[in-house]
Amino acid sequence: MTVPVPYRVVECEAATPDTATIVLEPVEAALQPFTPGQFAMVYAFGVGDIPLSVSAIDGHRLTHTVRAVGAISGALHALRPGGIVGVRGPFGTGWELSAASGLDLLVVAGGIGLAPLRPLVREVLATPGRYGRLSVLIGAREPRELLYTEEVRSWQGSLTTVDRPDERWQGEVGVVTTLLDRAAFDPSSAAAFICGPEPMIRATAGELVHRGLEPDRIRVSLERNMHCATGHCGHCQLGPLLLCRDGPVVTWRLAQPLLMVREL
Amino acid sequence: MTVVRHGFLGALPPAHRDRLAGFARDVSFPAGTRVFEEDGVADRFWIIRSGVVALDVHVPGRRAAVVETLGEGDLLGWSWLFEPYRWHLGAQTRAAVVASEFDAGRVRAACEEDPAFGLAVTNCVAQVIARRLKSTRTRLLDLYGPPR
Ligand SMILES: Cc1cc2nc3c(=O)[nH]c(=O)nc-3n(C[C@H](O)[C@H](O)[C@H](O)COP(=O)(O)OP(=O)(O)OC[C@H]3O[C@@H](n4cnc5c(N)ncnc54)[C@H](O)[C@@H]3O)c2cc1C
Ligand code: FES
Repeated sequence: MTVPVPYRVVECEAATPDTATIVLEPVEAALQPFTPGQFAMVYAFGVGDIPLSVSAIDGHRLTHTVRAVGAISGALHALRPGGIVGVRGPFGTGWELSAASGLDLLVVAGGIGLAPLRPLVREVLATPGRYGRLSVLIGAREPRELLYTEEVRSWQGSLTTVDRPDERWQGEVGVVTTLLDRAAFDPSSAAAFICGPEPMIRATAGELVHRGLEPDRIRVSLERNMHCATGHCGHCQLGPLLLCRDGPVVTWRLAQPLLMVREL
Repeated sequence: MTVVRHGFLGALPPAHRDRLAGFARDVSFPAGTRVFEEDGVADRFWIIRSGVVALDVHVPGRRAAVVETLGEGDLLGWSWLFEPYRWHLGAQTRAAVVASEFDAGRVRAACEEDPAFGLAVTNCVAQVIARRLKSTRTRLLDLYGPPR
């Protein structure tokens, strides 16, 4: 759908000091169903629209977790129940979880990168027996920036680490790649799904390849700036790819050479 | 492609691993034990079998800042291998720890006596140091948030 459809905010909950999770319901017609890893263009009326991944999918309801970093994300973060936004979508490739059937799964999230990965984890947990072992590795800058903490506690095989612990933090400290030593997976039959800032993606995917994971079995989400989301404006171009159309999820085999290109 | 084996001992060739294991004695520390202090004499080292150890830096007037945690299979302490043999960080157990403890002097002597064994051990310790240096540098990039 390329024309924004009105959705009403039915819930909004602060997740971290600058992040909120908002639940949207169609006012009339609903968009096509989203799959994990896909994104919507969410329009704050009078301000503009930005890409936001779905952080939960529940029938026609859309859930987004939004971090306020600028004008548009700030306006969406400030929404309260009853507020109306325009939504376009679904856009993007999604995680293509079905290709990982029978394999051990490694889900690696940095910061708000856990948002687009949450629907994937939920789908895996809802289909026991389809995949091998599941490890969810989560890294955050500080304990107060951790998302969905209660839900994450219920995920068997999840490990969390922070860069800067506070006085109360009793968990692990260090970058998310250090958790790979504690994850149960066989590199020859595993698939990885990574989302977070690019340096974190590079460090994690690089380490996984070093441990023997095939670059085709590593999927990363590349969240470059987007504008039209329909493959026309070129804002999201990365080498030969238009990430709104060919991404945001791509294999590491495709992404790795593109992320190593120096800016001109 | 290199197939990487994990844990400190996993990276040692079997013959050298057995030799090193010969120096080990079992120890356990309750949660909250100070295993060593910054600048203390580094005369021992450990391979953690279970539990968690936090490495910290003393900050005058404040609580020690934890910079990293180590767990199963990790090498605790590498300062024993290089002069001046003093700890760079402090270490405290987070949860009860079971570990193999090594006498640094004896392992260093064995390394000198048998250069092949010495090279293998030094190589493994260097890999640990390289990985920790890489994570430290990566953390300087402030990985997890939008640019501030
Ligand atoms: C496919 C895709 C999915 C996304 N999913 C989510 C999501 O689920 N939740 C969420 O909160 N955000 C998500 N984002 C990022 C979000 O779209 C941006 O934060 C948003 O575009 C910022 O717009 P703004 O007008 O509020 O801020 P701007 O005024 O455009 O920017 C303000 C500041 O934020 C920085 N910034 C802008 N975009 C990003 C970005 N993508 N990453 C890091 N820093 C940025 C800018 O450099 C600037 O410093 C996603 C992006 C893409 C491409
Ligand atoms: S956002 Fe316009 S081409 Fe991708």
